[in-house]
Amino acid sequence: MAYSEKVIDHYNNPRNVGSFPKEIPGVGTGLVGAPECGDVMKLQIKVNLDTGVIEDAKFKTFGCGSAIASSSLATEWLKGKSVDEAMKIKNTDIVNELKLPPVKIHCSVLAEDAIKAALADYRGKWGKKEVAAGAATS
Amino acid sequence: MALKFPIFMDSHSTTPVDPRVLEVMIPYFTEKFGHPGSRNHPFGWEAEAAADKAREQVAKLIGARDPKEIVFTSGGTEAINLALKGVAEMYREKGTHIVTTGIEQRAGLDVCKRLERQGYQVTYVPVGADGLVDVEEVRKAITDKTILISVMFANNEIGTIQPIAEIGKLAKQRAILFHCDGTQAVGKIPVDVEAMAIDLLSCTAHMIYGPKGVGALYVRRKNPRVRIASMIDGGGHERGMRSGTVPVPLTVGFGKAAEICREAMAEEGARLKALRDKLQDKILSSLDEAYLNGHPEKRLPHNLNVSFAYVEGESVLMGLNKEVALASGSACTSATLEPSYVIAALGVGSELAHSSIRFGLHRFTMEEEVEYVGDRTVQVVTRLREMSPLYELAKEGVDLKSIHWKAE
Repeated sequence: MAYSEKVIDHYNNPRNVGSFPKEIPGVGTGLVGAPECGDVMKLQIKVNLDTGVIEDAKFKTFGCGSAIASSSLATEWLKGKSVDEAMKIKNTDIVNELKLPPVKIHCSVLAEDAIKAALADYRGKWGKKEVAAGAATS
Repeated sequence: MALKFPIFMDSHSTTPVDPRVLEVMIPYFTEKFGHPGSRNHPFGWEAEAAADKAREQVAKLIGARDPKEIVFTSGGTEAINLALKGVAEMYREKGTHIVTTGIEQRAGLDVCKRLERQGYQVTYVPVGADGLVDVEEVRKAITDKTILISVMFANNEIGTIQPIAEIGKLAKQRAILFHCDGTQAVGKIPVDVEAMAIDLLSCTAHMIYGPKGVGALYVRRKNPRVRIASMIDGGGHERGMRSGTVPVPLTVGFGKAAEICREAMAEEGARLKALRDKLQDKILSSLDEAYLNGHPEKRLPHNLNVSFAYVEGESVLMGLNKEVALASGSACTSATLEPSYVIAALGVGSELAHSSIRFGLHRFTMEEEVEYVGDRTVQVVTRLREMSPLYELAKEGVDLKSIHWKAE
């Protein structure tokens, strides 16, 4: 199967590979997929608790090149977005950007799941503080 | 020697035509173009003689007593289809049960599935963790309705060599026909249909440095005389077992390829085994949690199959595929999303099945290429592990099985 140039680029130069310690304030972690399915993505966001903006994002992925590219792209898109904006990222956006063929659409679905899981984790851990901070500044 | 890219290390899928093979084929495309079935003029006689010589060369390679036992087909897939369907149809009155293994190549498994839909019963004998079929399991699977045992000589992914002579002996004792898929083994390791009591043997030219488009089914003529129903109707070529004009140029190439393999086998096998062992040592000694798939000794000399824990097979290939042609049992290389059924059959766990890479050396593989591929494989796996969440968790001491994974 031939890969699109964007997939190859993300595979060769993955953006934002790495991990944040989970206890850092504002960090939300999503771990999705399963080893026996051949795909596992860990995606983390670091939200500025004062502004509610995602300042940084990191990923680690076990999976094919398209899975690596989908999660790498996701971290790029997350940076600078508010949590609400980040909720709107759809797997189809990833499919279009990376020109994923039909057999690789599940990679984009997994990336969307990872984003949602990281956001949910963040909200569960730090959401109240964000709201409180937001209220204090308004 | 300067390396030439991409390096071909996928010799279980196909092999390049040996220049000596090509050379003898060429005249049969142009000036010696006759139809071997034309009995009334020199063009036909010449073509028939050429096809018969090839028949002899192939027969010799597999230890067949009589060249007439060689039926030319379009390749291994057709030979397997002809053997299984041909026997099933011909011996239906006698019984409707077939014994095979779960790791046959697709052609074998798919024909069996079709036969099951047509009312036959098939027992798929499992293999052990080393990929070996237990002859006792085969024995236990036999019923009074069994008409055929079909076991591959050597596996196309893990290269494991089955106890063919023992299975042949068992089949003979029970008066059951024995088909062996020799696609990967013929020409590479000794195959002897007499000594191993094989009644039907499938093979293909392009796996032994011959052309694509021709293969053969050995059909025993004596002790017992095997009869098969033909699958293709027509002019009654190949003693009525396979109608269709014999592709003389391809057949001539097949014969020459068989002759070269027979002469070179011992030396070539030893050379490739030494190179394979070097590649294996490099990879297994440089990386933790890299696991050899298949039997460590009972294995084709040019085969190496390794699972790299915590990285997915296709991503490894992607890191190498500009420079090296390899294959993976990973689901992501196929359209099915299911990982290799062969690796899965070893019971290694499907996460390792997703991580398997197959290396296949061949006649033209150079030592420098092996060194290069070994180094690059280690680099790529190391890089991918640095971005693998599973590797990170494992290094933190987390038991991956303790995590409740949410499968899609």
